[in-house]
Amino acid sequence: MSEPKPFEASVESDSRKAPVRVAFVTRRTSPQVKAHDDEFVMTWPEGLFRVAVVCEVLTIGLVLMALFWDAPLEGLADPMQTPNPAKAPWYFLGLQELLHYFPPVVGGVLIPTLVVIALIVIPYFNVNVEAEGVWSSNRRKRIQVFSVVLLALMILLIAFEVWAVLAPTVIIGAAMLLAARQSQHAGRFHRWLSSHPLSFWIMTWFLVTATLLTAIGTFFRGPGWSWVWPWSTY
Amino acid sequence: MAKAIEGYWNDLRDTLRDTKAWRSMFRSGAGPGNLHSALSIQQNVFLHLASVKMRRRSLAFGVTWYLGTLTLATFLILTGTGILLMLYYHPSVPQAYADMKDLQFVVSAGVFLRNLHRWSAQAMVFLVFAHMFKVFYRGAYRSPREFNWVIGVVLLILTLFLSYTGYLLPWDQLAFWAITVGSNIMSAVPVLGQKVRFLMLGGNTVNANALLRFYVLHCVILPLAAAFFIAIHFWRIRKDGGLHTEKATTHE
Repeated sequence: MSEPKPFEASVESDSRKAPVRVAFVTRRTSPQVKAHDDEFVMTWPEGLFRVAVVCEVLTIGLVLMALFWDAPLEGLADPMQTPNPAKAPWYFLGLQELLHYFPPVVGGVLIPTLVVIALIVIPYFNVNVEAEGVWSSNRRKRIQVFSVVLLALMILLIAFEVWAVLAPTVIIGAAMLLAARQSQHAGRFHRWLSSHPLSFWIMTWFLVTATLLTAIGTFFRGPGWSWVWPWSTY
Repeated sequence: MAKAIEGYWNDLRDTLRDTKAWRSMFRSGAGPGNLHSALSIQQNVFLHLASVKMRRRSLAFGVTWYLGTLTLATFLILTGTGILLMLYYHPSVPQAYADMKDLQFVVSAGVFLRNLHRWSAQAMVFLVFAHMFKVFYRGAYRSPREFNWVIGVVLLILTLFLSYTGYLLPWDQLAFWAITVGSNIMSAVPVLGQKVRFLMLGGNTVNANALLRFYVLHCVILPLAAAFFIAIHFWRIRKDGGLHTEKATTHE
């Protein structure tokens, strides 16, 4: 009888919509708690009209692009003449950049497979349905675990000389440790940093790393996959 | 004046929607209230994937940035321009490349057609990624929308394959070597790598067989698969309770 019951009572004032009743919302159940009533509108015309406008704006943009910017077309395919460098389409250049650091089985197969699996299982992790900040409980132990993982990852990246992944890893890791710092008068930025769950940090790390790798592969790689500056001609 | 025109227009529209022919086609007519507005969604085989009503807040631009809608729009543009391009294209070596030159110098607006297809394809890949990250940061993948997220991942992979198979079709140096680089990565898969690569290319190198296979994948199999999953993706929005509008709740 010592613990208080794990629920909160709430009051809905609009009696036409909600007859008198008591709702018990227990913690750690679902984020689907309806906080307030929503106003509904008809899909036709309210929704479809906006959809049509957005589609037209996009079409106009793409048509203008197609009018003033020609798609690339090089010479006839020649298996005897290998261009240097031979590049994949831009959305695979992050992967091609990884192949520069890792053996093909790791960079070309293992990492992309793990990324796809990780993306699929995201919604099935129900460990933190309330999206609590990563440091909001168990702070000391979590900092210890996180520091070990971050250090191991950094050693691995340094061993393979993957500077392009090391840089965002260090930056994101530093931001997370900054968020973990406790202070009496936390500013708005610090509160914003520390409010994010672990999943936010992992996804942001993935987004920054993938963008950086793709940008390097697209703009900074020349003959023999050597580093070149975008403005230099080779 | 404007009011008179609007009134005239509304009368014309309602008269049209009340004709026997219109009602027989669209299974709804004109009338006051929301009845016919609802029927126009619910009684339409394509639109009934969506719900009859939506939350007003879900229509605000900041909630979704309309990224899913924009992705669908690029898919439709790509289908339209793709069908027109098929009229001028032979998936054979070296005719495929000659067809590119014909698009450039012989076909009316051929360059424009190919440009629009190419840039829309790049836009679609970009928008699919943007849509994924936006959905993640909104927390819109959470229960009960888990499986729609998985379908989204399937659509992401289909989009990448669609773009990748289309990349080979011009049969220029850019296309040939991009596909060679990509298919070499595949042969690094343990045990099955070489076999999968052979199946995909119809040989051990990128050649005329590979072009034909990529053409069939690009123009028939992958677009049908994408349309199939897009339909489920949209229908699931309705079944899972409409677009997600709450921000991820944070507790102190």
